[in-house]
Amino acid sequence: MHRVVITGAGAVSSLGADLSSNFKSLSEGKSGISKIEFLNSDRLSIKIGGQIKNYNPDIHFTKQEKSIYDKFTQFALIATKQAVLSSGWEFQKNDNSDIGVILGTAGGGLQTQDENYRQVYEEGKNRVHPLIVPKLMNNAAASNVSIKFNVQGPSFTIASACSSSNHAMGQAFNLIRSGVIKAAITGGSESMLCFGGIKAWEGLRIMSKEACRPFCKNRDGMVQGEGAAIFIFENYKDAKKRGANILAEVAGFSMTSDAIDIVNPSKKGAARAMIGALKDAKFNPEDVEYINAHGTGTLANDKTECAAIKEVFKSHANKLMISSTKSMHGHLIGGTGAVELLGCLLALNKQIIAPTINFIKKDPDCDLDIVPNIARQKNVKCVISNSFAFGGTNAVIALKKGP
Amino acid sequence: MSESVKYKIIKILSEQTLLDPSEIKDNLSLEDLGIDSLALVEIVFSIEETFNITIPFNANDPTNSTFDISNVSSIVSAVENLVNSASGKN
Repeated sequence: MHRVVITGAGAVSSLGADLSSNFKSLSEGKSGISKIEFLNSDRLSIKIGGQIKNYNPDIHFTKQEKSIYDKFTQFALIATKQAVLSSGWEFQKNDNSDIGVILGTAGGGLQTQDENYRQVYEEGKNRVHPLIVPKLMNNAAASNVSIKFNVQGPSFTIASACSSSNHAMGQAFNLIRSGVIKAAITGGSESMLCFGGIKAWEGLRIMSKEACRPFCKNRDGMVQGEGAAIFIFENYKDAKKRGANILAEVAGFSMTSDAIDIVNPSKKGAARAMIGALKDAKFNPEDVEYINAHGTGTLANDKTECAAIKEVFKSHANKLMISSTKSMHGHLIGGTGAVELLGCLLALNKQIIAPTINFIKKDPDCDLDIVPNIARQKNVKCVISNSFAFGGTNAVIALKKGP
Repeated sequence: MSESVKYKIIKILSEQTLLDPSEIKDNLSLEDLGIDSLALVEIVFSIEETFNITIPFNANDPTNSTFDISNVSSIVSAVENLVNSASGKN
């Protein structure tokens, strides 16, 4: 089994247009949530989201490229360019048949679907742009990354709702670890902030109209966000040989299913996923110093997640730090695991634990150290990042300080 | 007017729970009727569609709302109030 390390990272979200601005916002406990602005947003009862404001695709893409790239693909490409640049990897020079692209997304080209359905059903148009199929397909981001960066190994997309990105990164880890590929461009992207995207969620009655307050007694639901985070995962021996800058080691990964309910989480399923990640990473529970929680800000998730953490970590649960960065960037659904990995990298590289912001009142059901409102300095070596999705599909990734 | 609101709500609850309307009594709670959180959001949706009203319900904070879901009778009253407000009656 090969060791796997992270040698590049890039991001674009409501917290910033690149990795360093995302790190800065996370460190400062800055909120990226604002009033949403798009067609027909006045018809929605939910008026807030982690929308990337003042986004100008023209600075990144040609007119032709814009016509075939849905926003979720655009975000993935922007973040990939940053990640590739930061890794020092020169993709264009080789055939790269032993490198893969594995990305997560839940909605894929939902904005493209929304716009075009509007045209045919609302406006009664009889013609749509010929390339909407390759634009809206779930694998559009992964495929366009493979095309743009000449990656000729396996390229595919994983869609498992809120666990998509963790699953994608876990697959990248497993493929490198087992020697199938030697590196991967991995992470995820999401852009569902459009009328249809939010309207569909409203009916579930789990979204907040005010703010995302994970673990807070006053929490009243999730807030959706958009964006992408992309990483270069690489075989450690190769990374060391080429003198790459190592951001972290991917220590372990676990995936489980609750097999109980299509929306409600299960303590047992979540606990099994965390135990599995610890076992795979060869971490003792006491080794883990920080957990980037799933922490959606819903009544159900936060209570269940805290109970699961207590079950897994026992008395150590009171000593470790847990934060939900969703409080700042929102819930990016299929892209969320990737953007949340930034919180882990911030901890391992800058010794900063991002806070859970918007915290007002303690909830006895979430009485753990959730790093309320203000970031903390701590030199940590072992961290995990949780994703617990609709459908009861769980994915937990474990990282440790780079060798 | 009241009778028809109540009748429609009992019909919605009956369809969701598969209980006979005669079994859906005023004082029964959601739990008594076997209605879980998913069933509840579907019921809220059906009520909104049937009466063309907006119900201020958040699943994260079910008790802290003007829409009282304690039992069948409180649900009927809450819907009646919303219907009357929507049609401009006092």
